[in-house]
Amino acid sequence: MLIKKPADIPYSEVTDHKLYVNRRDFIRAAAGVAAAGAGVVSISETLFAAGQPAPHGRKLDGVKKSPLSLAPEQEKANTWDQITSYNNYYEFGTDKDSPSLVANKLKTEPWSVQVEGECAKRGSYSLDDILKGVALEERIYRHRCVEAWSMVIPWVGFPISELIKKAEPTAKAKFIEFTTLVDYATMPGVRQPVLRWPYVEGLRLDEAMHPLAILAVGLYGEVLPKQNGAPLRLVVPWKYGFKGAKSIVRIRFTERQPMNSWQESAPQEYGFYSNVNPNVDHPRWSQASERRIGEFFKRKTLMFNGYADQVQGLYAGLDLKKNY
Amino acid sequence: MTTQHVLRFVVKPAVCAAALGPLAWLVWAGLTANLSVNPLSDLTNETGLWALRFLAISLAITPLRRVTGWNWVIRFRRMLGLYAFFYGVLHFLVYTIADRFAGLDFPDGMASWTTARNLAASVGEDIYKRPFITIGFTALMLMLPLAITSTAGWIRRLGGKRWNALHRLAYVSGIAAVVHYYWLVKADVRSPLLYAAIMAVLLGARVYWARMKAASVARSAPAVPRRA
Repeated sequence: MLIKKPADIPYSEVTDHKLYVNRRDFIRAAAGVAAAGAGVVSISETLFAAGQPAPHGRKLDGVKKSPLSLAPEQEKANTWDQITSYNNYYEFGTDKDSPSLVANKLKTEPWSVQVEGECAKRGSYSLDDILKGVALEERIYRHRCVEAWSMVIPWVGFPISELIKKAEPTAKAKFIEFTTLVDYATMPGVRQPVLRWPYVEGLRLDEAMHPLAILAVGLYGEVLPKQNGAPLRLVVPWKYGFKGAKSIVRIRFTERQPMNSWQESAPQEYGFYSNVNPNVDHPRWSQASERRIGEFFKRKTLMFNGYADQVQGLYAGLDLKKNY
Repeated sequence: MTTQHVLRFVVKPAVCAAALGPLAWLVWAGLTANLSVNPLSDLTNETGLWALRFLAISLAITPLRRVTGWNWVIRFRRMLGLYAFFYGVLHFLVYTIADRFAGLDFPDGMASWTTARNLAASVGEDIYKRPFITIGFTALMLMLPLAITSTAGWIRRLGGKRWNALHRLAYVSGIAAVVHYYWLVKADVRSPLLYAAIMAVLLGARVYWARMKAASVARSAPAVPRRA
């Protein structure tokens, strides 16, 4: 029987006698430091509840006013600070302040959008290609989050129909799918599987062709801030805000209805259409009212976010309770 | 100055003042525009989080005592438990004002009995309709008898055994609070799961010690019954 000598632990590895005798104190001190650390982390979490408004950027030229905007007598627009410091952009973190604190890392130049699927003019479109020959308009729209808060936002953009015309969808194209950027280098949130990345949203082609549906490139006459989805984002004001995919890198024309990210993550709570509807509650909270940011008293939520006259025709005969 | 004196007249008031820190911070942040642009939502969330944190801290006292042998920490348990209830009540009040009162109609004016009735009805309806509100309200209500019976007078009145049994409701409140939190978050469940893990450790430790005690009692019982 071969009894091998056990490998010796070098003497340098032996714990100092003083430390060994006082090991319980050491453990307590370590636990204390850990607890203090946890305390600091939790305090620092609560101390930074406020997002940081975006710095003002380049002014956009030639922006025309649109009759589709809300008039100032109708609704007061929210402020630049409000719009750029309170955001849901989970790629930068799931807190409302995270995007404005973190999104500055996002690289928005150069930017291109891959146009794919059932269309004739497939390929890579730069932002210049997309904006060529397009008149920028100011569109002051209501924005209603599915979480039951809302804002009025003066976007600068152009109808999606302009881009659709450039892409020349074929007869097979019934839907249009939008994909957001995923970048592990600049987006800390994509390391968390809160949603499946990249973020995907979609519209029926006739919804996307509606004059109200725009691609936004600006805010308050300036270049769109990163936390709001720079340099190109979707805005569909009669639907819940999560339909507005940000920082779009791909547009695809499809025959089949796209699976949008929120529906995929919780199909019993989020659907494809996501039309603002006070009569169809979220399973866990009511959609009958909303808090307009900046106000105390809640407002009653309007059917199709107040755009019923313009869009209800799109949904004639559709059961909105089933197709939420 | 004995250790008891230092604990009673220096450390305890200091901890009491420190426990008001979160409230002081919230008031300061609210007044200086350091909350987000949806401050009512922040106030609701933060008061709820601090209720949960103080509940967890108060439930950590006994395990801490057992592990370290520091019996003096027991002095802080009542105060920390009462602070959990305090922040829970604040949380409920902010919710009642920001979520319910702010959504009422005022046909007879704001300061009327109609408003009071409608507010009560609105809160009641919400507790009935929304499961996460039901369980949140339950977590708070479970703390109410514990807050009322927190005094030495009540320990005497109920007797130690019954008082201890009643105060085990803190465990149920802790679980209910975590479920409330888990059910209300939109998608990012990491923070609720963290608190669930903390509760699991704090309650699991008690289950473990109860089992060990039962086992040792079983072991020390004589195998042969003593003669009468």
